[in-house]
Amino acid sequence: MKSLADLAALRAKCQAEIAAREKGKTLVIIGMGTCGIAAGAREVQKALEEELAAHNVDNVIIKQTGCIGMCEQEVLVDIARFGEARVTYGKVKPEHVKALVEEHIINGRVVPELVVGRFPDANQDKGFGDVPKYSDIEFCKKQQHLVLEHCGVIDPDSLEEYVALGGYEGLAKALTAMKPEEVIDQVKKSGLRGRGGGGFPTGMKWQFCRNSVADQKYVICNADEGDPGAFMDRSVMEGDPHRMVEGMAIGGYAMGATEGYIYARAEYPLAIKRLRAAIAAAEQAGFLGENIFGSGFNFHLQVKEGAGAFVCGEETALMQSIEGKRGMPRPRPPFPAVSGLWGKPSNINNVETFANVAMIIVKGADWYAGMGTEGSKGTKVFALTGKIKHTGLAEVEMGTTIREIIFEVGGGIANDKKFKAVQIGGPSGGCLPESMLDLPVDYDSLIKAGAMMGSGGLVVMDETTCMVDVARFFLTFTQSESCGKCTPCREGTKRMLEILNRIIDGKGREGDIELLEDLAGVIKDTALCGLGQTAPNPVLATLRYFRDEYEAHIKEHRCPAGACSALTKFVISDRCKGCGLCKRNCPVQAISGEPGKQHMIDTTKCIKCGACMANCPFKAIDRE
Amino acid sequence: MSMVTVYIDGNKYSVPEGMSVLQACRMNNIYIPTLCYHPDLTPAGACRLCVVEVNTSKTLVASCVYPVANDMVVQTNSARVRKARKTIVELLLANHPKDCLTCQKSGNCELQKVAQELGVRKIRFDEGERRHHAKDESNPSLVRDPEKCILCGRCVRVCSEVQGMNVYGFQKRGFNTLVAPAFDCGLGEVACSLCGQCSTVCPTGAIVERDDTEKVRNAINDPEKIVLVQMAPSVRVALGEEMGMPAGSIVTGKMVAALRKMGFDYVFDVNFAADLTIMEEGYEFIHRLKNNGVLPMITSCSPGWVNTLELKYPGLIPHLSTAKSPQGMFGAIAKTYFAKKANIDPAKIVTVSVMPCTAKKYEAARDELCDSGFRDIDIVITTRELGRMMRSLNIDFASLKEENFDSPLGASTGAAAIFGTTGGVMEAALRTVAEVVTGKSFDKVDYQQVRGMAETREAVIPVGDLQVKVAVVNTLKAAQEMCKRVVAGTADYHFIEIMACPGGCIGGGGQPLPVDYSKRVLRQKAIMQIDADSLIRKSHENPEIKTLYNEFLGEPLGELSHKLLHTTYKSRQKR
Repeated sequence: MKSLADLAALRAKCQAEIAAREKGKTLVIIGMGTCGIAAGAREVQKALEEELAAHNVDNVIIKQTGCIGMCEQEVLVDIARFGEARVTYGKVKPEHVKALVEEHIINGRVVPELVVGRFPDANQDKGFGDVPKYSDIEFCKKQQHLVLEHCGVIDPDSLEEYVALGGYEGLAKALTAMKPEEVIDQVKKSGLRGRGGGGFPTGMKWQFCRNSVADQKYVICNADEGDPGAFMDRSVMEGDPHRMVEGMAIGGYAMGATEGYIYARAEYPLAIKRLRAAIAAAEQAGFLGENIFGSGFNFHLQVKEGAGAFVCGEETALMQSIEGKRGMPRPRPPFPAVSGLWGKPSNINNVETFANVAMIIVKGADWYAGMGTEGSKGTKVFALTGKIKHTGLAEVEMGTTIREIIFEVGGGIANDKKFKAVQIGGPSGGCLPESMLDLPVDYDSLIKAGAMMGSGGLVVMDETTCMVDVARFFLTFTQSESCGKCTPCREGTKRMLEILNRIIDGKGREGDIELLEDLAGVIKDTALCGLGQTAPNPVLATLRYFRDEYEAHIKEHRCPAGACSALTKFVISDRCKGCGLCKRNCPVQAISGEPGKQHMIDTTKCIKCGACMANCPFKAIDRE
Repeated sequence: MSMVTVYIDGNKYSVPEGMSVLQACRMNNIYIPTLCYHPDLTPAGACRLCVVEVNTSKTLVASCVYPVANDMVVQTNSARVRKARKTIVELLLANHPKDCLTCQKSGNCELQKVAQELGVRKIRFDEGERRHHAKDESNPSLVRDPEKCILCGRCVRVCSEVQGMNVYGFQKRGFNTLVAPAFDCGLGEVACSLCGQCSTVCPTGAIVERDDTEKVRNAINDPEKIVLVQMAPSVRVALGEEMGMPAGSIVTGKMVAALRKMGFDYVFDVNFAADLTIMEEGYEFIHRLKNNGVLPMITSCSPGWVNTLELKYPGLIPHLSTAKSPQGMFGAIAKTYFAKKANIDPAKIVTVSVMPCTAKKYEAARDELCDSGFRDIDIVITTRELGRMMRSLNIDFASLKEENFDSPLGASTGAAAIFGTTGGVMEAALRTVAEVVTGKSFDKVDYQQVRGMAETREAVIPVGDLQVKVAVVNTLKAAQEMCKRVVAGTADYHFIEIMACPGGCIGGGGQPLPVDYSKRVLRQKAIMQIDADSLIRKSHENPEIKTLYNEFLGEPLGELSHKLLHTTYKSRQKR
């Protein structure tokens, strides 16, 4: 393959072959991301195959796809009869398969109770008018899938499908029609900033690495996604691995690097498997390897499995880990662009950053820079988790407000509870309250508000969440994942955690808040790496907006959210009918009372397990 | 070298480009406290105690790893900096046993020092959890107390960067982070050379030499025992530091006087035995040369090195000189020749070695070292232990009147003195070998080619018709590189001197603290001075050695020599 024209020919061939293969067939596409598999996708597939066999249906092709982002709807099964709309069914279980086969596959009738939506296509609307288009679904309306465009659509193991949809055109264009400087220039102009946390301008980072003169340089993809509740990168790798390969190869060309590493956490076996398959396929097809597109550019890519340490997401620690050493950050300067992996100039970007590259090259920097805000261009993928109705992945244009993401895309708070806060930016990020909901998501406004973009985790909390407890949760994480190298992070976060623990246990003291702030300040000012410097953020951010909750714990020995068990007690109100269910369910015999009369809880015996409350048919037990 | 202008605490300085802020400050006598920094090691930027304010960073930066830049403005002692440093020390102390009153390192502990300097009077986090680990006493030379470890990583770095042994590593995460040998092994269970370099860089009492001073006191106090003490060559140029004198002070006579005050019955000199070693080792070398023996021959007086060879390159044992180290020879001679001559029952003799070396404790305990019919050497203490014992006497060391060693194991030559530095054994051997081989006497005895501090040096020395190719190696990292070359057959030498510690024994694991390259240079200078000032500078001209051969041993490599002065080695491979 030597030119864009060669690629176009290959694309046409792929399209033709797919069309020929699928002609007259019904496609059944099952969501086979980790989320789908965990929800039972394999069992559904097995049931489908049996059901089809039982009905002697043989014109069906079963395919896999990645995660489309609607995690709560898994298992997702798409059905597209030849020439008809592709309809997505959600929460499919093996027992639903019979209906799907008999109704939709055999008879072309939608199964309404499982239907999620359909892929919009004007030619195939006929007979499916009642099925909402994806673009009309609440979860999707405000979304704009660029990075995720193929996730949940194509078979991630199929190079053919990726090429058929225009894949590797960015690489072809860069290598055959652009100088490396022009590629960097486009990335700079696009305004793309690092999606891994810091938000450093990608083009500038590439420029630094290009400027370093060396016999060998490295391009590294940070796929060590470690934030609790974050799974954007996993979904991209599982759903569209060739996009990563293409983005990294373009980066390698731009910076003059001929070797690339994808450092993926070992807890992502499926992503690793699909990446390795994609790399092998790309090598086979000539998109990786020697003299790619006849340009003289060589690029080799390999996956390195991480050892499961959060700190290995820090770039200098990550490089140590690739070298086979213990993942511990080292001081900068020298920066990786000057001396990185094996002491050679290296560039590290995260998965989502690389996933943006090819389309910038294909569609141009101006197109990309047309989306987003002044300082933050393009889109951002968020992982919505916590007390939100629709958990899953959401890709929105930069500048979308947090309110839109939570209440429109996410459908608001689950179980009709009241919104309290949203934790954004992972363990190093911050918690924003109701008053900050109209904040547009872009790098700079989030920093200003005391949070950060981070890699894109959004954890939503409702009124039953205690903010001191939230701070403790994240600090526990950062403390136990501290690499232990520098004193402030290793020892300082431990002491902060101890102070939080005593506040939560009702043993907080006057001056504890100030002590926390003091210590947090020193840790931020002195820690070696970015993780240490941001480790106190969960405490500082909750103190910033929820200081009254800390004070209530310390001064009034009260948890306003009623979440901290040491500060709450269970009481039985006069709604009690004396049925005795609570008494029977209490594991420590703390409840007494005559049948038919109001019962009592002995608070000295009560272990606050909540079993009484959960079993009371009259909601007569309160937590105060 | 291009220079840059920096402004430190309001003053303008011109400093070399590429230097760290810490180096720039030290160069200009501006004090910044440090813990994980050690001048001999790659800076890690881990403890964060050396933080300073710079106008090029929003956060404070660790001055040990932050390079200077032109027009940089540095604040080394602002309120912000002081607060940060104080908090860091508080955090370290909160997780520290704080048993300073009974700690072996008290008074020489860097953590103690910075806590005092920063005026830490209260630890706000003192009621929190502390790490608890058992003391590791599995090693014959070193005692490790992980509870006192502040995780500065200096031992990890010295063991890998300087010694290439890689015994220590960081383990676990967060608050549970630990520096220890791999797989929960004790320091005695892993391939540790016992060189003790870790104990010379440890800023606290987490790694210390095994303290045998009480054994010495008990021996002295036992009226039944005749206690002999012997001094290694490098102790006399280092002990002064223990007694408050500058590095490089030569304290031979004062040391002898102080040892007599301590109650030793005889004060002898390992230098005497060093001359004896040259006789045996020199003749062994000549024998190997003439009889097609295994070459290159490698010296065997550094037990850290011998241990390394037995642990990692047992296949090279035939290259090792069979001559015992001076300590080993001394013990065997003391309990035979001396006992007979002084008419003392050798069973009553206690031999005490004062050594620069932690590995000597293990060497003395080797099964092989019982050739006198008794344990040749009973107790080994290091220079640091002797310093503690002497300080406990509360004597005014500096004003002591100099005294001489006892006879007959006290006389020595300049050749023996230089055993204490890298290159010294080689030079001493060459002085004797040259005269034995040629049968002539030479006035010129300075072999400048083998002197210096570089880790590996080589020279070709004409000896009569022979061109003797020699190499001199110090540090175990360089030693292991040399082993690889010997194994590969690319070490084209006749004779190699190998010392485990940087600079040789002057940089030994038992020497006074703190130590770094600059102090080793001063100690080395002092040793060379002793040699230059000696009237006799060739081992074979030592009159007491001559007497020893005449009266007792017969000739070098003779039957009795072979029994008492030579030894064997075996593979001691561990994981």
